This record gives sequence, C-alpha cells and structure tokens, in this order.
Amino acid sequence: MTMLSIRNLHAAVEGKPILKGLNLEVRAGEVHAIMGPNGSGKSTLAHVLSGRDAYEVTEGSILFEGKDLLAMSPEERAREGVFLAFQYPVEIPGVNNVYMLKAALNAVRRHRGEAPLDAVDFLKLIKEKAMLVQMDERFLSRAVNEGFSGGEKKRNEILQMAVLEPKLALLDETDSGLDIDALRVVANGVNQLRRSDRAIVMITHYQRLLEHIVPDFVHVLAGGRIVKSGGRDLAVTLEERGYDWLKDEAA
Amino acid sequence: MSTAPTANFLPEFERVAAHLPGDARVTERRRAALARFATSGFPSQRDEAWRYTSTAGLARRQHSVAIDAQISLERARAALAAAGAWNGPQCVFVDGIHRADLSGAVAAAGLRIRPLAAAVAEDGRIDERFAGWGAGECSPMIALNAAFAADGVVIDIADGAKHTDPLRLLFVMTADVRGRAVFPRVIVSVGQGSGLIMVEQYVGESAADGFTNTVTQIHAGEGAQVTHYRLQDESPKAYHVGNLIVSQERGSEVVSHSLSFGALMARQDIHVMLRGPESSVTLNGLYMAEGRQHVDHHTRIDHFEPGTRSEEYYKGILGGHGRGVFNGKVVVHPHAIKTDAQQSNRNLLLSKDAEIDTKPELEIYADDVKCAHGATVGQLDEDALFYLRSRGLEESAARALLTYAFAGDVLGRLGIPRLREDLAARIAGRLPGAAEFLEAV
Ligand SMILES: Nc1ncnc2c1ncn2[C@@H]1O[C@H](COP(=O)(O)OP(=O)(O)OP(=O)(O)O)[C@@H](O)[C@H]1O
Ligand SMILES: [Mg+2]
Repeated sequence: MTMLSIRNLHAAVEGKPILKGLNLEVRAGEVHAIMGPNGSGKSTLAHVLSGRDAYEVTEGSILFEGKDLLAMSPEERAREGVFLAFQYPVEIPGVNNVYMLKAALNAVRRHRGEAPLDAVDFLKLIKEKAMLVQMDERFLSRAVNEGFSGGEKKRNEILQMAVLEPKLALLDETDSGLDIDALRVVANGVNQLRRSDRAIVMITHYQRLLEHIVPDFVHVLAGGRIVKSGGRDLAVTLEERGYDWLKDEAA
Repeated sequence: MSTAPTANFLPEFERVAAHLPGDARVTERRRAALARFATSGFPSQRDEAWRYTSTAGLARRQHSVAIDAQISLERARAALAAAGAWNGPQCVFVDGIHRADLSGAVAAAGLRIRPLAAAVAEDGRIDERFAGWGAGECSPMIALNAAFAADGVVIDIADGAKHTDPLRLLFVMTADVRGRAVFPRVIVSVGQGSGLIMVEQYVGESAADGFTNTVTQIHAGEGAQVTHYRLQDESPKAYHVGNLIVSQERGSEVVSHSLSFGALMARQDIHVMLRGPESSVTLNGLYMAEGRQHVDHHTRIDHFEPGTRSEEYYKGILGGHGRGVFNGKVVVHPHAIKTDAQQSNRNLLLSKDAEIDTKPELEIYADDVKCAHGATVGQLDEDALFYLRSRGLEESAARALLTYAFAGDVLGRLGIPRLREDLAARIAGRLPGAAEFLEAV
C-alpha cells in the first residue's frame, strides 16, 4: 500500500525556489535513502513533510495514507504518524525531556483513541525505550537537548521516535556526528522499528549508514528534484564517483 | 489655578478620621501626611518615576475608604479557599481590616504579632514607626497610606529568635462597595541574628474593583535573615499600589520575591537601604500582564556601606495589550567600596500589542565596585515551537509549555514548595493550552 505519495512538489523559502518538481512514492514496509549534494533541498523536503510554515509549497501535492498532508498542521501530521528526526535538534531550556515526551505521547494516543498513559506506565515505557538506544536515564530528566553533545541529541531524536512509534519516520542526517558505536546503536534502534506497516525515509551523506540500515531504494536529490533512483548499489556507486557524473547523465 | 489630583480623599479623610486608630497625636500625623499628599496629588506622568504608569484612573474615581470589614464568614472562607490553602500561621485581613476570627492564633517564642490598630492603641511609639513614614520627602502614595492606614500588622522578632515556619498575611478585597480603598500597613522588625519567613498575599473577590495602597516596612537587624514573598493576584479590575521599604543592618540577608499577576493596574515600589557593611539583598520577581493589564516594578537599592551585595532577578511575561514597566535603580554611595550589584530583567512578549519598558539606572560614586546589569526583550523561539508541535503538541500547549519554561527559574527560586506549586498553577491557569501539558507534568 502506498503510504506517502509526493507529486510534482515545488517549494520555496523566502521566495527562493528550492524544490522544483519532486516525485516520490513510499510504500509501507519500505526503507528509502535520499542522498545528494549540500544545499540540494533534502532538509527542505523533510521540513515540508513535517509542516514547517517557513517553507511555502507553490505547486504539487503530498498524500499520506491517501490524506492531503499539506492541509494538516504540524501537530496533526505528528499525530497521524509522521515523525521527523531533525538534522539540528533544538535545545529547549526549561522544558524537561520526560514532560515533553509524555505530553507528546499522550497527544498521539488521544488522537488514536487510546487512553493516556499514567505516570507509572509511562516511566516504564520510557526506561525500556531509553535502553533500546542505550541512553543514560540521567538524560531523561534534563531539559530537552540542552547541553547535549551532537551525538546525544541524535540519540534523543531516536528515543523520541521509539516512544512515539510513527508510521513514517524521516531521519535527516541522523548519522552525522555519531561515533562508530553510537551509529550502531542508533541503527539498531531504527531497525527494531522496521515493520511491514511502517516506512522509513533517511537522508544521509554516507553509505556507511546503509550498511547498518539496508534500504530498499536509494534516491539522489539534486537541484530540487530526484534525479536518479536505484537500489542499494547506487549508494556504493555514489560513494566512489560522487555526484558529478549525474549531471552529465541528466544533460 | 490648577489643583493637584486628589480624587475625593480630602473629604474622605474628614468622614473617616474619627474611626482611624490612634490618639490625637497620631491624628495630627495623619493630617500632616494628608497635607503632603494634597500638595502633589497622585503622581503625574511628568514625574520621571511615573512616566509609563498613569494614575488617571485612580484620580478620576470616587473612593470609599474602608474602616470595617463586614463580610460574612462563608464569603470570607470562599475567598480564603481561592487564595490557596495554608496550614501555617496566618493573619487575615478583609478590606484591609484584621479579622481575628479568620486568622487563628500565632504563637512562637520571641515572636510578637499584633494588629496595627491594637498596637497603635497600646504602644505610644508605634506611631513613630508608621505615621513617620508619611511626611517629608516620601512619595505621595506612601503619604496617602500614612493618612488612612486603618489596620495592618506589627511584627516584632526578638534578638536571636529564628522563626522558620512561614507566616502568611492574607489581604482579601471584597466586591461589597464600589471603589473600595484600603490602606494596610505592615511593620516588621527582625532582631539581631533572628530569622523570619513571611508571605504577603493580596487577593480579591472576582468583581472587586477596589484600590489597595499598601506599605510594608522591614527592618533587618544585625545578621538577621529575612525571606519575604509578595504575591499580588487581585481581581482584574483592581488597582494595586505597593511600597516595600527595607532597611538592613550589618551582615543581614534579605530575600524578597515579588510575584505580580492580578489587578488592572499594579505598581510595586521596592526600596532597599543597605545600611550595614556586608549586608546583602536579593530581589526576585515575576510579573505577568494580559488583556489591558499594566504592571510596573520600580526598585531602588542604596548601597551605603562597604562590602554590600545586591542581586535583582526579574522576569516579565506580557500578552494581549498588556504592558510592563521595570526600572531598577542602584545607587552606590561614596563610602560603599567593594559593592557587588547585579541586575537582570528578562521579558517575554507573547503578542504584538504587548509592551515593556525596561531601564536600569546605575549611579556609582565609589571605586572598586562590581556592577552589572542586563535587560532583554524577546519572543517565543519559533524553532522550539515547531519542534514541540512536530512531536504532536497542540500549538497552544507548545506556547504554554515554553512560556511556563521561561518562568521556571523564578519559580525555582521560591523556597516554599506549596507556594511554588500554587504559583505554577496560577501561571498555568493564565496560559491557554496549559491543561495538556499540566496533565503530563
Ligand atoms: N530557512 C531558510 N532560509 C533561507 N534559505 C534556506 C532556509 N532553509 C533552507 N534554505 C536554503 O535552501 C537550500 C536547500 O537547503 P537544505 O537545507 O534543504 O539543503 P540540504 O540538501 O539539506 O543540505 P545539507 O546536505 O547541507 O544538509 C539551501 O540553499 C539553503 O541555504
Ligand atoms: Mg540538510
């Protein structure tokens, strides 16, 4: 079943066109990797999908499980099951990690018609999930991302994902800044989430991540469009040859 | 000839003078204070200290000075419940008048608490301590209080008596009479090496549109430790003017928190005199204004002696057409070497129509001092807001959570847990969308 269907997507930031006719189909159960040069619009795509209003969609459509995603607020998208692991997670002083997660989880549960978790069940759940990403419990009671190292922030994103159990996970360079062990832990967390009714779209610059999380498809985003799609091998080719040859091919 | 704006307070004085406590000598002092007020009238916005805060609303109205408190016990209890439960010792005042039946007895070694009216009647010297603050160069608002103070409380703590059980003074404004005017006076004297924790709380029935003009004087003896909380949450139609005057001896430590949420117009003046070497004061504050509320804090700290320290930490949250004013004056007198004075005022504007005027005023006449100040005005962080929404939080809840987080460190400075919880609920109650995350907390 098609989970995400992006058709002819055009998006601009501050009047400057970034995405210029992007098409992408993602079915439940699939893992897609998006690669591409710096500034080509990968994070823009992720932000458009999660509903950041600074990014203006000027043309095209996005359907999520057949529903018009663009008509939804960011929180509605989250509750419907779209999750973005940010390339640059935000520090929020004064807001406790656990409080935020509990508010988020209960908002999602309420939306699904499930009863909110009480404090005891929630703590049990979160401790379990923290173990999954090997995150020290001390981080749970700290302010969201405040003073976290780059790698700790990324781990925290995966923890949130594990707690919220989205249908569609967008990982924007979650591997950047991770040491080798952390990469394995994070990849392991993502792999545990892989299920036939979930899809994962991961943006990355390194094919190393794809050794841990093996994608079904690899796409190259350049100049605001998907210019090439292929299987796992494409990433290996890109690692060897870079992106220049694609320009020749496109021409 | 232009006459100073005094509303109807001159005829009001003639109406109530005979009912105010004190003998003929006290009455004379009251008259002197009234004359002082009559000369200048309510401060005008030409007066630098009142530049951003208009008293026109006060000058225009018909005031009715309270000399008794007629409220029924049931109503008083309802008002008390709204003020938040209190298990410790407390004194309750209704329309500025002490109500023994609601207060309960306060007894502790070295602690003497008397209603002002009783104290003035029994102790000839008490009038020096309160009516004396109404003449000379004092502000017209203090003079007005000195003229009309019908009741209040006198707290004396003997040398070496540490009183660690927080004492609450609760002032309830009723909606019985339109334009109710009340003038409580609180006189606190903490002896050498003694300690006191006190809470002054001002609340009102929801329709109360009265004018509270209150003066609190605190004298901290040598090495005394005083923690003072002031919570102003009057009805949204009320006018509230408060003066806090603190005088400190050698090595004394005073911490005073001002939390201002209520009233249509709220003005708080705080004047601290560090008279003894090595004395220190910390002033914390949190103020919120929404709708058409106006909240003004004017602080002044005088460093008279060497090695004195002051720290001010104020935060403001302004939404709707709310308006805030913060003015922090610090004077380091020539003798006061090795003074350390820190001041911070941070403000959060929640709407485009909200406003804040913040100004530090440093006057330094001594060498070898450490003085720093910082003022900021900002809005909610859009990135943080989006981050929270992208996790499923309602926009209003995300805003509430971030606003609450802004106030968090001021709350963290409150040393009484039940007060902290009560305030957290008060803040959350004013933020639409807070229910969602409070559930989570
Ligand atoms: N908020 C913004 N304001 C202005 N320009 C922006 C904004 N966001 C993105 N851009 C611009 O849009 C273009 C695409 O940026 P985007 O972040 O999507 O690239 P990317 O493919 O994720 O790059 P990288 O691999 O470096 O993360 C860049 O030129 C960037 O400068
Ligand atoms: Mg990017």
